[in-house]
Amino acid sequence: MSSRDTILQRLRNRSGGNLTAPNCDFSVLERPDWPVSERIAMFEKNIESVHGEVHHCTEETWLDRLAEVLSTRGARNLLVPKEHEIGLKLRSAVEREDLPNLLIYDEPIESWQSVLFNDVDAGITSTRGGIAETGSLILWPTADEPRLMSLVPPVHVAVLYASDIYTTFHEAMQVQDWGAGMPTNALLISGPSKTADIEQTLAYGVHGPKELIVLIIE
Amino acid sequence: MSETAEHSPHHIDVKEFHPRAQAAIHNPKIRQNFRKAMDGLMTKRKSAFEGWDLETLRDLGANIRLRALANLPDLLEQLEQKLTENGIKVHWAVDGDEACRIVRDICKARDAKTVIKGKSMVSEEMELNHYLEEQGIEALESDLGEYIVQLAGETPSHIIMPAIHKNTDEISELMHEKTGTDLSHDVEYLTASARLQLREKFMNADVGVSGVNFAVAETGTLCLVENEGNGRMTTTVPPCHIAVTGIEKVVPNLEDVTALLALLTRSATGQHITTYFNMISGPRKPDELDGPEEVHLVLVDNGRSSIYQDDELLDTLRCIRCGACMNHCPVYTRVGGHTYGTTYPGPIGKILMPHLIGLDEGRHLPTASSLCGACGEVCPVKIPIPDLLVRLRQESVDGDKLHPAKVRGHGAKRGAVEAMVWKGWSWMHAHPGMYRFGTSMAARFRKLQPGQIGGWTQYRTAPKLAPKTLHERLKERGQ
Repeated sequence: MSSRDTILQRLRNRSGGNLTAPNCDFSVLERPDWPVSERIAMFEKNIESVHGEVHHCTEETWLDRLAEVLSTRGARNLLVPKEHEIGLKLRSAVEREDLPNLLIYDEPIESWQSVLFNDVDAGITSTRGGIAETGSLILWPTADEPRLMSLVPPVHVAVLYASDIYTTFHEAMQVQDWGAGMPTNALLISGPSKTADIEQTLAYGVHGPKELIVLIIE
Repeated sequence: MSETAEHSPHHIDVKEFHPRAQAAIHNPKIRQNFRKAMDGLMTKRKSAFEGWDLETLRDLGANIRLRALANLPDLLEQLEQKLTENGIKVHWAVDGDEACRIVRDICKARDAKTVIKGKSMVSEEMELNHYLEEQGIEALESDLGEYIVQLAGETPSHIIMPAIHKNTDEISELMHEKTGTDLSHDVEYLTASARLQLREKFMNADVGVSGVNFAVAETGTLCLVENEGNGRMTTTVPPCHIAVTGIEKVVPNLEDVTALLALLTRSATGQHITTYFNMISGPRKPDELDGPEEVHLVLVDNGRSSIYQDDELLDTLRCIRCGACMNHCPVYTRVGGHTYGTTYPGPIGKILMPHLIGLDEGRHLPTASSLCGACGEVCPVKIPIPDLLVRLRQESVDGDKLHPAKVRGHGAKRGAVEAMVWKGWSWMHAHPGMYRFGTSMAARFRKLQPGQIGGWTQYRTAPKLAPKTLHERLKERGQ
């Protein structure tokens, strides 16, 4: 008999007999229907407590703010999505001198891995929303915004629409109907990469980005 | 090496708990390192649940786990079907050795020479690193704590914070000696050095191996909780990703994950959430530009299906591996994780390991507890750890009529003298004449009572028998 059948048979022919499944009441996860302003405030407080940096912008101002944020960090280049409107808008602003070089992730990682790991200073991605209660960003990487964009460069800039901030993870999942089908990879990101493995001392940027910058568009 | 030969584990004699405990208690460095860390973690956990209806949330956590276990075989089949539809290959292993061979075969098929690993306690159970090295495959840990422990040639001393037994000085010396970094107290510098050292390895590894925190049957999704980003690197950069997990980690729905995640990170490190919550539902699709070409899941039994047979012991399988029980355990806090000599230390280890290694090996584990109840009180899924410790203590002396022993190696702690003493005791209590005679003799000859009674008098004075028995005194009072 295969290991699969051995294991399943042992579980099915349990000597203790059938088990009853208790009911699960998820109402403890429910929160009041907070207005957007309150959700933004809570999101900001929580993500800042884990070293995330929040900037409040509008459709008109986010480009300026981004240029400012990147130039104070001396970023030489920025990895942008090829088709997403964020990328399109940035690329149409190519005459601006305060923006760094724009790079596009448009070929398989194998052909340019060492460049991504060694020479890219920052990456910008969209988000599918935010979670106020934990200060988290929801990312579903795509062919246009691959997984490593938000992981390998030392600075990750995320664009979040204030109207997409949910109160809890539970709410976000229900409203967006995740159960209907998941992408190859989905992520919650709450702050830059960190560790406390050396004597409980927090250090940022251990394997992923050292900085996470969120541009909230209101 | 033949197919069936078991690979040799590095030998730590689990039975030698007591000498190791003595050594740890007399090691001020170990005690300081653990004390400092665990005190901090207890405070952080408490404040992380402020404003939550913690008891109701714990009830929900327990019910989610119980519901999953009630439907375990069906859920595993559903998970397998969904994962397969998603393009993830599923493998089943009855024990650690078979799981190791599955990982090896996947590596061999890809001609892989190097493996990079995210944190996985099941792979510690399997002693995967050791096995792969024997097969000529390099296996490198990428979680900073695991990396440090691996550099030192040790095993993790805590399931969440593997290198908690070392302080910055010790880690600095270790990294200097093994990797050539400068000696430094600057944690940022040490962390940045490890980042540089491991980045090369992520890029060049042929296979990435990770654990799984929750496997969702509804959508065929593997969930991973981490802070460092090494877990994402491991599961994204190498062309092949192998996840290994115990069969109990499956849950029916994505919704279940929201409650368990809230409990897990707060209980473990007092974080509202970790930096990354990574949900993997398939290998790279044709139009995608990164991610592994192949994803495998190895479902490991390794004793879990036998725990599953017993209604009471089954509760052990609810565990979501947060480590809160060890953080709050007065024994763990004083002796540290290595003292136990087992993959899982502390209270959860004391109830889980006897199933995995048998009570003949693990006979001292259930008694390494003061039964203070802290572990049961903090457990986010309400595992009645103290009750299970008592049950396993009974099993270690071969159970009683109500609880026939079930765990392998039961009766290992039964001593002929102790058994005789208890037999005599129960006989005496069943015969009133003998009881009166015996107690009055004991009172009369109380001067002959020994002043030293084994372990009891090591830290306490021996109790003295009263000059008169209770029966005699009550008689005197005319009652």
